Amino acid sequence: MLVIIGTIPDPHFPLVCGQVERRNDQIFVDGHAFAMHRGTPALIGAAVETARTLGHPMPHVFLIGDEGLGHGSRKLYAHLVEHIHEPEPATLVFHYLQPDVDWHNRILMAIDELCRPRPQLIADAGFMYAAKMSGFASSYDLFTPDMGELAFLADETAPHPFYTRGFILHNNSDAPALIQRAYAHDNAAAHLLVKGNTDMFATNTKCHWQLDSPSSEAMEAMGGTGDTLTGICATLINAKHPLPQACFLAALTNRLAGQVCHPTPETQVIEIINAIPKALEMAIKQSSTRQ
Amino acid sequence: MLFANLFGKKKSPAPPSRQDKGIMIFAHTSDVIWAEELIRKAGWQIRVMGPPAEIQKGCDLVIEFPLIEQMNILRLLAAEGVTPTDVVPVTSPLLTPVDLFHTKDFGDYLMVRAANMKMTVRKQDLTIVNISGGGCPDVPYLAEQLTGQKLPEAIPPRETGHTLCGYALQLAYEELTRQCLS
Repeated sequence: MLVIIGTIPDPHFPLVCGQVERRNDQIFVDGHAFAMHRGTPALIGAAVETARTLGHPMPHVFLIGDEGLGHGSRKLYAHLVEHIHEPEPATLVFHYLQPDVDWHNRILMAIDELCRPRPQLIADAGFMYAAKMSGFASSYDLFTPDMGELAFLADETAPHPFYTRGFILHNNSDAPALIQRAYAHDNAAAHLLVKGNTDMFATNTKCHWQLDSPSSEAMEAMGGTGDTLTGICATLINAKHPLPQACFLAALTNRLAGQVCHPTPETQVIEIINAIPKALEMAIKQSSTRQ
Repeated sequence: MLFANLFGKKKSPAPPSRQDKGIMIFAHTSDVIWAEELIRKAGWQIRVMGPPAEIQKGCDLVIEFPLIEQMNILRLLAAEGVTPTDVVPVTSPLLTPVDLFHTKDFGDYLMVRAANMKMTVRKQDLTIVNISGGGCPDVPYLAEQLTGQKLPEAIPPRETGHTLCGYALQLAYEELTRQCLS
């Protein structure tokens, strides 16, 4: 079971758990609905479309409203330390949550105590920040940083990407050095999928692949395209694709989805989500041709 | 010659002393943003910084202020209902936030990135068309509020944001406003 844990940008959205369902442009869970804009809703939308295309079950979610004060995130954390094993997760994705090192560590302990077998752990956005700051980054199977977040992982003193030394100067050509530095300070997961103009996949030993085409420049301005990549990737990992191939297929699918919908800087991420079924089929075909 | 070397050499300037500075710690980043505005409006020189490592908890900001003005500043903040959880002297180096911007011109659109946050406007009518980046939960919330709004009429992110990502978005908003409206 793929389990997605995150927040909805609505302070009144209650704590909900359950399997999601898409109806028109909304996601439904446990009688509550939300739109697939950016953030965790976009990740869920991408996961739904990927699972639907593969003919796999819809993801299970733990969600709560949080507008940034952290009240929702903390309530969700408290729920998770007792219920994270329900239903048995094979893959756990942590997303837009208020970074809090204390709660992060309690969640990780709960996973170790309650989840048998241990699920694959993916962290993105705020929870990845907390995972790095906790010193337990290597407990994760996959982080999905963008270039700025990679610079943050590489800076052993930074508590948030906002403080990363020389942050703004980093570009894709710096990535291999930053990856090496993140691993040298134990601030990276076992695998890194770096999202950007060039997507790359690395482990402690090397950069395994890079992908820079097809390219849609406008996607840089669009909110949520990193979330869709993580959603596709998590679904493919949960579908038992080996992690490097799952990440490659996800990166290619996200790029092809961009190409399919001819985005401008004002295109919204729902268009990328809607293009995923076609893009995933194209990506599977292209990948099999390459092999 | 020897004396000249020993005593005639110009001293290199000493690094600025921080012993006269204190930091105010708040429960929420939104309190920091609100307090910063109040203190600056009252005319004090302050800096919003990252806390020293020993008090980092999540995504934090603190306000560095002149210690000698502590009582006056605290009185001002108390009158406005925003109170720090702690006030301590600066003993460790504070982290410097990003203060550079990256601007990308897409032709019909202009995007500004501040730290990890990007804001894009349509040049023709200054509508905010997309907000990207960040990882704290107020980013999707702020994006929902701001997308579709005209830049001059939008509520600044500092008024509804709560985290460092929200603070970075405020910087991007200010820089876009400077570039498009000044």
